[in-house]
Amino acid sequence: MAETVPSHGHEEAGHHEEGWVRKYLFSTDHKIIAMQYMFTGLFMGLIGGFFAYVFRMQLAFPGIEVPLFGVVSPNEYNALITNHGAIMIFWVAMPVLLAAFGNYLIPLMLGCDDMVFPRLNRLSYQVFLLSVVVLLISFFVPGGGFAGAWTMYPPLSSIGAYSLTPLGSTLFVLAVALEFVAFLMGGINFVTTAMNSRAPGMKMYDIPIVVWMIVIASILFMASVGPLIAGAIMLLFDQNLGTAFFDPQRGGDPVLWQHLFWFFGHPEVYVVLLPTLGIVAEIITVFARKKLFAYRTILYTVFATGVLSFTVWAHHQFVAGIDPRMAHVFTVTTLLISIPIAEMMFVYIATLYGGSITLNTPMLWALAFIAEFLIGGVTGIFLGASGEDIYMHDTYFVLAHFHYTFFPITIIGFYAGISYWFPKMFGRMMNDRLGKIHFWGTIIPFNLIFIPLFVLGLAGQHRRIYDFTNYPDLAAYQPVRVLATSALLVMLGFQVVFLYNFIASLIRGEKAPKNPWQANTLEWTADSPPPHGNWKELPTVYRGPYEYSVPGRKSDYWPQNEPA
Amino acid sequence: MLERLPSMIDGLVPAASTYARDIDGLFTLIFVSVGIWFVASQVIFFWLIFRFRKREGVPAQYIAGEQKSEKKWITYPHLAVLVFDVVIVVAAVRVWYDVKQALPEPQQTVRVIGQQWAWTFVHPGPDRILDTPDDIAKVNELHLEVDTLYHYKLESKDVLHSFSVPVFRLKQDAIPGRVITGWFTPTRTGEWDIQCAEICGIGHGLMGARIHIETPAQHAAWIQQQTGQSPTPIVAAARPQAREE
Repeated sequence: MAETVPSHGHEEAGHHEEGWVRKYLFSTDHKIIAMQYMFTGLFMGLIGGFFAYVFRMQLAFPGIEVPLFGVVSPNEYNALITNHGAIMIFWVAMPVLLAAFGNYLIPLMLGCDDMVFPRLNRLSYQVFLLSVVVLLISFFVPGGGFAGAWTMYPPLSSIGAYSLTPLGSTLFVLAVALEFVAFLMGGINFVTTAMNSRAPGMKMYDIPIVVWMIVIASILFMASVGPLIAGAIMLLFDQNLGTAFFDPQRGGDPVLWQHLFWFFGHPEVYVVLLPTLGIVAEIITVFARKKLFAYRTILYTVFATGVLSFTVWAHHQFVAGIDPRMAHVFTVTTLLISIPIAEMMFVYIATLYGGSITLNTPMLWALAFIAEFLIGGVTGIFLGASGEDIYMHDTYFVLAHFHYTFFPITIIGFYAGISYWFPKMFGRMMNDRLGKIHFWGTIIPFNLIFIPLFVLGLAGQHRRIYDFTNYPDLAAYQPVRVLATSALLVMLGFQVVFLYNFIASLIRGEKAPKNPWQANTLEWTADSPPPHGNWKELPTVYRGPYEYSVPGRKSDYWPQNEPA
Repeated sequence: MLERLPSMIDGLVPAASTYARDIDGLFTLIFVSVGIWFVASQVIFFWLIFRFRKREGVPAQYIAGEQKSEKKWITYPHLAVLVFDVVIVVAAVRVWYDVKQALPEPQQTVRVIGQQWAWTFVHPGPDRILDTPDDIAKVNELHLEVDTLYHYKLESKDVLHSFSVPVFRLKQDAIPGRVITGWFTPTRTGEWDIQCAEICGIGHGLMGARIHIETPAQHAAWIQQQTGQSPTPIVAAARPQAREE
């Protein structure tokens, strides 16, 4: 079943020396495309982080002149929160976790020389880059960037007279639609490559979990995004061509958009969650020197999660005017989905049992993911319970909850992955000491930002309000807002440590051997960094990826490609 | 039953409707249920990290986790999670049914209209009947009589808004083109915030209002002051029944 023909994507590029432009900008090499996605995603992350800094400053000190920005007007505030959310999910989490790690790892971990469709891969990045450009332009058009929340609920998003950002709204929706197109192309590539280009001998159950996770995430994405792309086109038509799909005054229905959006929006959570769960699985097995506990169970729980994730969307709409009887169904499905996710967490924790755990930087990030994501998970139960959501909906409790899921997923997941695969990607080791300083300087302030926000949510504080001192009952909590903002400033400050470590290690880090962590998966058998085509001779696989500490063997690891 | 559980929200926002205590109790129930799991997982997690830290000469064990005897460590907890989930679902559905699905007969009805960026509240006037010429329309002020079962008719003139009254633990989106009916019974007098909980444009952050819950005498005086007429009392027979358990 795993018979493979060496893929031949880079014939047209050949192995001769290429110019810089051809090599780095128009490359079809999966590793270069991964880097393009990653650096574009990180650039967008800087913008999203800057936006968070500006609006948190406004919330803590309403009306002040925010350094590097100035006084924040109400519509600027709305545009900042809107684009912070959209950027962090669509232009950071997706490109970095799914596209960058997916592109980099899938061929290397499967033991093939490139993606099945290298030119489609290149096109995918180019369309993604176009979506970035469209989004960035939208900030500078008359009226400013879109300011109707990343969920784009019409009629606010569809009618310029309501949003006062007619151009910004259109460009925003267009950018989102382009981004989806890019990831559709990427997803097709991931799935096809994993199904067809595995190294000889690699059976389905020998595929590393992270590859499985990225493939399943791509399938979820492809299966859920269709309705939203259709919805985005309908919204563009409503905005510009005078249709009335979402305009109640002319027979449309604004709630329809919410269904289209969340039918995609909830699987999307798992689209970004799964790659990180995979990254964490790779890291904890290596640094606990343990076989992954119940590999197949993990796969089955992921399948279950994937299927269930299509049936929970309306828990975002309990109080949005849906038929109240529908809420019962979505409460049941929502709480059910906690079971496979809880099981996955249990499996990861069980993997640690009997291990020999080294707490270096990648392992700290991976373990922090588990500890922090548990908070995100359990707080979701409050919101999935329909009766409780009547109060919690759209409060800061929701905000804190999803930051306890998305921050571990996106930020912790990225730092875990980059600190683990950096030696492979760039051929040099990162500084572990600086890595640990950065770790604690990120994790501690992170909790100090969002735990206070849970309390504010319980106190009835709603989202997307630019100055809470206008509300007599909420004004008293100003010190809590100042605490959260201060913690954010500390956290952002510590990111400089990472940036320094990253650049300094690139230039003069210790040279990395092929397999610095003594890991089993195939990418560690290629050179660091792997050349175009990855291996001179493609590897053959003899066993699963997690054969650590096998009794009776001298070394505590057993690479997948080592003959028995 | 839920309302007998201690409230963790009451200290932050008072509970001022009949179902507010149920929602607070539900919060406590969920907090305890998931709290047990959360604390247990974290304690075991950190204990394992400490217990199995790397030590010279102690190799890791080889455990595939594929045998029943090993998998039970996952299976039993996960069945137990299922039991907790069922308890939470039952409680949540009951509260939801009470607040959003069942619609008890009203004694009074108010109209709530959201628009960019203010709330208009139309109160029944001295005749105590809505949609008559003596109605009292106020911007950003909702006046209610305590212990009276109200229906609200929620409308929007332009975009989505959300009528949120934290002291009632109540929230409902307003949708242009629809009239959404719901209910509440205020249980204590006082003055608190009403917020718009759905982003609605530039002025969303300013779309706050105040709720004034008054004794019958205060409320009658307010109607008198607004209209110059003294109101007819709300029919005693229509007072809300003690809620069935």
